[in-house]
Amino acid sequence: MHDLKTVTALGGNTPRVDAFAHVTISENDGVALASVAARMGHEKKCHQVLKKLLGAVPEVGKAVLHDPEAGFWTGPDQWMLGAPRDTHELLADQLKSLLGDAASVTEQSGAWVCFDITGPAMPDLCERVCAVPIRRMQAGCVQRTVIHQLGCFVIRCVADDHVRILGPRASAASLHHTLLDAACSVA
Amino acid sequence: MIINHPLLGPRDSAEFTYMGDARLIDRPDPQSDTAAQEFFAYGYLRDNPAGWHEELWFHEAGDRSWLVVTRNTLTHEISNVALARDVARSRGRSK
Amino acid sequence: MSQINRLTGGQIDTDKTYKFTFDGKSYTGHPGDTLASALLANGVRLMGRSFKYHRPRGPLTAGSEEPNALVELRSGARQEPNTRATTAELFDGLVSKSQNRLGSLKFDLLSINDRFSNFLTAGFYYKTFMWPAAFWEKIYEPLIRKAAGLGSLSLQDDPDVYDKGFLHCDLLIIGAGPAGLSAALTAARRGADVILADEDFRMGGRLNSETFAVGDQSGAEWAAATVGELSNMPNVRFMNRTTVIGAFDHGIFGAVERISDHLPTPAEGKPRQVLWRIYTRQSILAAGAIERPIAFENNDRPGIMLASALRTYANRYAVTADKRVAIFTNNDDGHRTAADLHAKGVRIAAVIDVRPDIPRSTDYEVLQGEVIDTKGRLGLTFAEVRLADGSMRTLECGALGVSGGWNPNVHLTCHQRGRPIWNETLAAFVPGGTLPPGMSVAGAANGDLSTAGALRGGAAAAKKALGIKGRLPALPQSEDAPVNITPFWYVQGCSRAWLDQQNDVTVKDIKLSHQEGFRSVEHLKRYTTLGMATDQGKTSNMGGLAIMAEMAGKTIPDVGTTIFRPPYTPTAIAAFAGRSRGAAFHPTRLTPSHKWATEQGAVFVEVGNWLRAQWFPRAGETTWRQSVDREVLATRKSVGICDVTTLGKIDVQGSDAAAFLNKIYCNGFAKLAVGKVRYGLMLREDGIVMDDGTAARLAPDHFVVTTTTANALPVYRHMEFVRQCLFPDMDVQLISTTEGWAQYAVAGPNSRKLLQKIVDVDISNEAFPFMACANITICGGLRTRLFRISFSGELAYEIAVPTAYGDALMRRIMEAGAEFGVTPYGTEALGVLRIEKGHATGNELNGTTTAQNLGMGRMVSKAKDSIGSILSEREGLNRADDLRLVGIKPVDPENPVPAGAHLMDADGPVDASHSQGYVTSACHSPNLGHAIALGFLKDGANRLGERMRLVSPLTGVDVEIEIVSAHFIDPEGERLRA
Repeated sequence: MHDLKTVTALGGNTPRVDAFAHVTISENDGVALASVAARMGHEKKCHQVLKKLLGAVPEVGKAVLHDPEAGFWTGPDQWMLGAPRDTHELLADQLKSLLGDAASVTEQSGAWVCFDITGPAMPDLCERVCAVPIRRMQAGCVQRTVIHQLGCFVIRCVADDHVRILGPRASAASLHHTLLDAACSVA
Repeated sequence: MIINHPLLGPRDSAEFTYMGDARLIDRPDPQSDTAAQEFFAYGYLRDNPAGWHEELWFHEAGDRSWLVVTRNTLTHEISNVALARDVARSRGRSK
Repeated sequence: MSQINRLTGGQIDTDKTYKFTFDGKSYTGHPGDTLASALLANGVRLMGRSFKYHRPRGPLTAGSEEPNALVELRSGARQEPNTRATTAELFDGLVSKSQNRLGSLKFDLLSINDRFSNFLTAGFYYKTFMWPAAFWEKIYEPLIRKAAGLGSLSLQDDPDVYDKGFLHCDLLIIGAGPAGLSAALTAARRGADVILADEDFRMGGRLNSETFAVGDQSGAEWAAATVGELSNMPNVRFMNRTTVIGAFDHGIFGAVERISDHLPTPAEGKPRQVLWRIYTRQSILAAGAIERPIAFENNDRPGIMLASALRTYANRYAVTADKRVAIFTNNDDGHRTAADLHAKGVRIAAVIDVRPDIPRSTDYEVLQGEVIDTKGRLGLTFAEVRLADGSMRTLECGALGVSGGWNPNVHLTCHQRGRPIWNETLAAFVPGGTLPPGMSVAGAANGDLSTAGALRGGAAAAKKALGIKGRLPALPQSEDAPVNITPFWYVQGCSRAWLDQQNDVTVKDIKLSHQEGFRSVEHLKRYTTLGMATDQGKTSNMGGLAIMAEMAGKTIPDVGTTIFRPPYTPTAIAAFAGRSRGAAFHPTRLTPSHKWATEQGAVFVEVGNWLRAQWFPRAGETTWRQSVDREVLATRKSVGICDVTTLGKIDVQGSDAAAFLNKIYCNGFAKLAVGKVRYGLMLREDGIVMDDGTAARLAPDHFVVTTTTANALPVYRHMEFVRQCLFPDMDVQLISTTEGWAQYAVAGPNSRKLLQKIVDVDISNEAFPFMACANITICGGLRTRLFRISFSGELAYEIAVPTAYGDALMRRIMEAGAEFGVTPYGTEALGVLRIEKGHATGNELNGTTTAQNLGMGRMVSKAKDSIGSILSEREGLNRADDLRLVGIKPVDPENPVPAGAHLMDADGPVDASHSQGYVTSACHSPNLGHAIALGFLKDGANRLGERMRLVSPLTGVDVEIEIVSAHFIDPEGERLRA
């Protein structure tokens, strides 16, 4: 076992939490991610594996909020899968061994920063940062959109007041700053 | 503008990157005897119509699909949106 | 003497009193007042000076169409010029100032312009400052700039923040008067998601200004009750203080919400304004109508205003502009103002109506005639009236209400080039046939000027928008009077009769422009500046059109209108900028070693959005060159480390991955062995070089492609284009992994010794030769990618780990390398190393160069098709004497060889047409001890050893140089294979 320690996307040793009166922004450092793209002619097998793993194949614009592995649609025949990092650090390898030649799998754990936004002012916050119709989205709805010029995924989670935002990790600080500004505006 | 993505539904055009004439799909046959002339026309001779125009848009802040958008350049009316991949296949492109 | 003109009633809270100042003098007002209503209550009619003639002016209106009463609000950094006093909500402690004056408002020294008005007519600037040309820059322009403009800026940073936001609804209703409220009620009761936006701080529109009943309540009471019902419905979003500024394509609207403008300072952390982008399928424009004036001699004195404005001040704000008021009208609506003011106890001097068949009154005198002139230097004192029988009357009055009819507020119907159409009954333009898709118009904006018409129209529009069938809902009883109007635009014989009061455009100016041949309404606008001010002619354009039509012998619809464009009212640039200003102008991208580099005191440089370490200064180093030279020398002598995470990385997988790379790179990839890396050159279809990088084959069906930092996104987009549009049946999948891996270059003769200490595999030259790549582990198990590639020309590796481990890896390498004196280097040293080695980068791949120019012409494979291969063979790109990449060094080692300078024959002429080439990259080489450069030279491959002149006339460079190989260091490549 190696002894190298990770840092969070915001550069800390522990994830950052910022609580406001009506909304809380939490850095979520515990998600392992991998993208899955079906190989041409192997779509059926890829779907079968995903269905077995998640219970269903995520449809266009949707997530399957399954435990421990969850997944959402990112493009035609392409998905992002996530699972707790503690148990699934090697998620990409695990998926590749299940999928074989049926899909191209790419590790994405390091590519994203994940923020969980919770609280009654969550929809107000979202309205200040991106164009997704947050109040019309239901649990399991996912949209990729632009937040402060950054391409991000916005995932409506099970709890009514919870949204998860995945953004490009190198811009974690800028994205965090934008979310804090918006939280101040609506808190 | 709103582009009605064939898979994702209505999306703000701000999520897209524009490239231009969808005839760029029709890359000439490099084996042709007149390939040089055909590639010249392909690369440089484009129409710039005041009216209906088939254009390529890339959903960069979305699902990364290239789309063929049929748009009226005078009114911005959009009459049809299709996945460029499907259009390419329908025009006989393959590998 | 406070609030001498305050009446009773109105929708103000007289239990509370606000103090405010105007031009340093203190006054009082009440919650619910605007600055204009409070000043009028205090007997202040004079609020500003006009733009050109500096004529004394007071408010013409009670709304956002105001041309005259523009003031500066607040002080210090928050000072805001050109704010309409008629919409500025009063708050306690408000500081306001008049503007566009030299001296005091009452004794404006620039009012001398008024005396020279004969010279300052339409086209004055064009005519006067033509000659002599030399005078323009030195004399005319500074003088004009000093005198021009309205308010002044604080010249300090705006301390407030502005937000942007995005809203979605089924139905956007613009305007919350009777039509808008009726529409909202109809739609909201059916469960639709409704946004109701109004620029006013109080919803209700004209209902707040009128005395009509709606059902058994007053209009204002009905409006308040309706707002109350709507505000309890979760599907309705109320947006008061919100101006919808534009109707854009496909149901997108722009709206500015003034969150904090009515407060002394915004609450902590709160924005001053929010610029909303509203997405809706359906919209209802219920923006009401704006009354228009009649032009007559000296019709611009403070106290002369629209009759409807007088009514608003009296009914809503409980204010009269003066104790004695006269009315001048061509329609029935003017009489309403007289009746309402009379009922409030204001003395009506007379109602002057131009029509022969005028309504009579028992309460005050009604005269048939015209107002032909006025008196009063700083405010109206007398009106001169010519009666129908030709006799004259002088009326003493301090306020004169003028009513020339109502113009429906069609602006937003025209934002997509729709044109309004003329309605004879109203003598006004109404919305035309082509509205923005999904838009309906209701109420006065649609020409339904009665309250009942507005309620009906609003409900009907909501039904239509939502596709509701059946009869209209029951509506309360209300006033339903017809419009009786005789078009009347200006009083015959007048000359200095103002149409556009803000820009000082008179009836005479319009006639003059016609005489001088301006026939198009758009030309008239630009020549006379009619309608070009901050109010965009909301009260003035119609009068100008009517006079133009008369002069040309045309009808008004034949003359047409100018095009209405967004924004509807002036909008602060700050609102468009939102949070994107200063350090937050664009997002930054931080490398995985950023925190560590900051601790080392690195100096950073912006490369795209990335912040990269530029160099790492050490104690005792006083110039950047000292740091960079040290970093370069240490790397070539022992080992250096550089964060190269910023290079684009694209994962290419699939059974056709190799075939795909064969298409996007001009050189071949099909035969590249697993575990090997190859340099790739990417062409555009026109044969010009697009980008370069490496492709590492990790498995038969898996490559990792790198791009230059700047081109990561365009290259990815291009590759997706090739995949989806050109070769849609190739089995290949792409995904960007730039941010997924922390990647460091470890370069120098000791790089292998250093890395061998942390990797878990054998990386000897035999086991891991030049251009090898592999998935390995380090430090006892961390998954890692290792590439033996070299940008510096030294024995070098690039090592990549998942980003979260990047910080730890950098610290571990520094520890492990301590015994070799491992030296972190930044982008400057990186640049020096690659110039010494003769590697091309963005400076050379500059969008004009070909593979041949770069000396890589033979890389373009003729054995296969690739993007750009056909057009790269064009004759024009393949001349024998084409530009070639060369090295350049000064003959005198003390001389510089700066980038951008041009190469000239040693004994030929020095001018642009004789340029032989140019320098693209230059640096000081610490290894060679003098400046070196890369550049392009005609026929360069055959000119090695030639001495030439390097010149840059702009910067005074003229030095003798020698053309040499681009590979200054280790031309045989022995080091990188060691």
